Amino acid sequence: MSSDPASYARSERRSRDRLPRLLPATLFALIALGLWELYVDAAGVDVLVLPAPHAMFAELWGNAGLLWSNFTITAREVVLGLALALVAGFAVAVAIHLSPLLRRAVYPHAVGSQAVPIAVVAVPLCFWWGFGIFPKLLVIALICFFPVVVTTVDGLASVDPDQLKLLRTLDASRLQAFRFAELPAAVPAALSGARIALAVGVIGAFIAETSTPSVGPYAGLGRQITSDLTALQTPRAYAATAVLFAFAIACFYSLTLIEHRLAPWAHKAKGENP
Amino acid sequence: MTFDWGPIPPNVDPSNLWGNAREGSAVAVQTTSSVPRQQSSRDRIAVDLGGVARSYRDRRGVPIPALDGVSLRVRSGEVLAVVGPSGCGKTTLLELICSLQRPDAGKVASSPAVLMPQRDLLLPWLSALDNAGLALRIAGHSRARARARAGELFAELGLHGFESARPDELSGGMRQRVAFLRTLLSGKPVLCLDEPLSALDAITRGEMQSWLTGALLREPRTVVLVTHDIEEAIVLADRVLVLSPRPGRVIAEIAVELPRPRRGTDPAAIALREQAMRALSAGARTGEDLPGASDVL
Repeated sequence: MSSDPASYARSERRSRDRLPRLLPATLFALIALGLWELYVDAAGVDVLVLPAPHAMFAELWGNAGLLWSNFTITAREVVLGLALALVAGFAVAVAIHLSPLLRRAVYPHAVGSQAVPIAVVAVPLCFWWGFGIFPKLLVIALICFFPVVVTTVDGLASVDPDQLKLLRTLDASRLQAFRFAELPAAVPAALSGARIALAVGVIGAFIAETSTPSVGPYAGLGRQITSDLTALQTPRAYAATAVLFAFAIACFYSLTLIEHRLAPWAHKAKGENP
Repeated sequence: MTFDWGPIPPNVDPSNLWGNAREGSAVAVQTTSSVPRQQSSRDRIAVDLGGVARSYRDRRGVPIPALDGVSLRVRSGEVLAVVGPSGCGKTTLLELICSLQRPDAGKVASSPAVLMPQRDLLLPWLSALDNAGLALRIAGHSRARARARAGELFAELGLHGFESARPDELSGGMRQRVAFLRTLLSGKPVLCLDEPLSALDAITRGEMQSWLTGALLREPRTVVLVTHDIEEAIVLADRVLVLSPRPGRVIAEIAVELPRPRRGTDPAAIALREQAMRALSAGARTGEDLPGASDVL
């Protein structure tokens, strides 16, 4: 309802604040790049040790086609791997929540799974599923799975016991209590978990690409970075890293937007008293 | 905290029900202001507790008696207020009536009862309208039907225009009204109100008391109202029971035969308040236990 003063204030604030909100991050990036450039030029650091930003941007420009092709591979891996982790993590969290027995049986192992070095499982994964994208998705999902499970389990358990009592006296079944109270409470929690998972998921894609072989002309940014470093093409490795850097930021804020869309109640406007 | 999620145990006598939740609509709401109360229906007993005892165990497993030998009866259509010091087991009493707990001793029989907890406990992801119609959704009605039914009552409760507002956009008094509507729309004949107005400021509370009086005149239900506010009990109830400090026992019964709407400042209401206060302080002197660590219960 557009006549509602609260929602009017919300949309008003949103459009007014968008530009100034981007300014600090932009300034920070410019200052950091400037200091980096000054340091490399003044100290005369070898380009193979630490390339200057201008060298990195030259590679970004000059190798845009190659970087883009590798980026699309890595981006697909991260997005699909994260989606897989989100679906599997949510399902496991719901199962753990609804069954105390399952919780006792599975939860410790979910914790332990985080300690498994990927190189150990990469070999059998490729043996079973070949050199395609699927084993890489599993590696990323394995890395991203845990934060989603933990936050979702906490979200499901965060429902006030009095809320459940109330639903009980309204004759809700256990399943209805889950559907009306616990499931919606878990949605923002699961998406918070996904944001944490994303941070490790991009590194996860790097690990997945370097620990499992690929076929095809492009193997992703992770594979490109390792081969560039060994081929003494350090500026290009830095350019690829810059792409991953920007990609992680974009994914993080996309998830935040999705969360705002799916769970608007979880975001009361900060600094605004109704 | 866990509690039994099995089917609600069968209640005393289905013919006892003032308004049967099973038959007819879950919304047994009539908007005519003069609903004739039949003498026969007033004489039916909606809630019957006999010698009920209930105790808890604290963290070390030491049993703490909350209620000890409470007997009370509520007639259909009656508004019964239960007052007592903090921790005398008032909330336990309501949860026993709503079958959320079982007594350690004694018997609890009640027509289907619905709890309106102290906090409004509106679901933050549902609009005011959807929160009000929650019981209808649970009863299996479609979202559209639940909205239509709840919407009919929104204007009457002074909530018109706030149908799609989320709970965090409503004032405390409005949230409480939505919570009351949700309780009402469950269609159950017995309403258990647990300090429903205690979270409100004094002015809003006064407004809500007169609003609640009007709502119950229009829409008579059997009400068990738990409160620590004696004035509120006298303004709202037909009868006031005073509980002793923990473990709770009924130590006084005060019939409030004043015309409605009442005001807490009426001389007759003040006289009754005095009477209740005397009973409370007498109970505090004779009680074996001083009220302490009270809010656990």
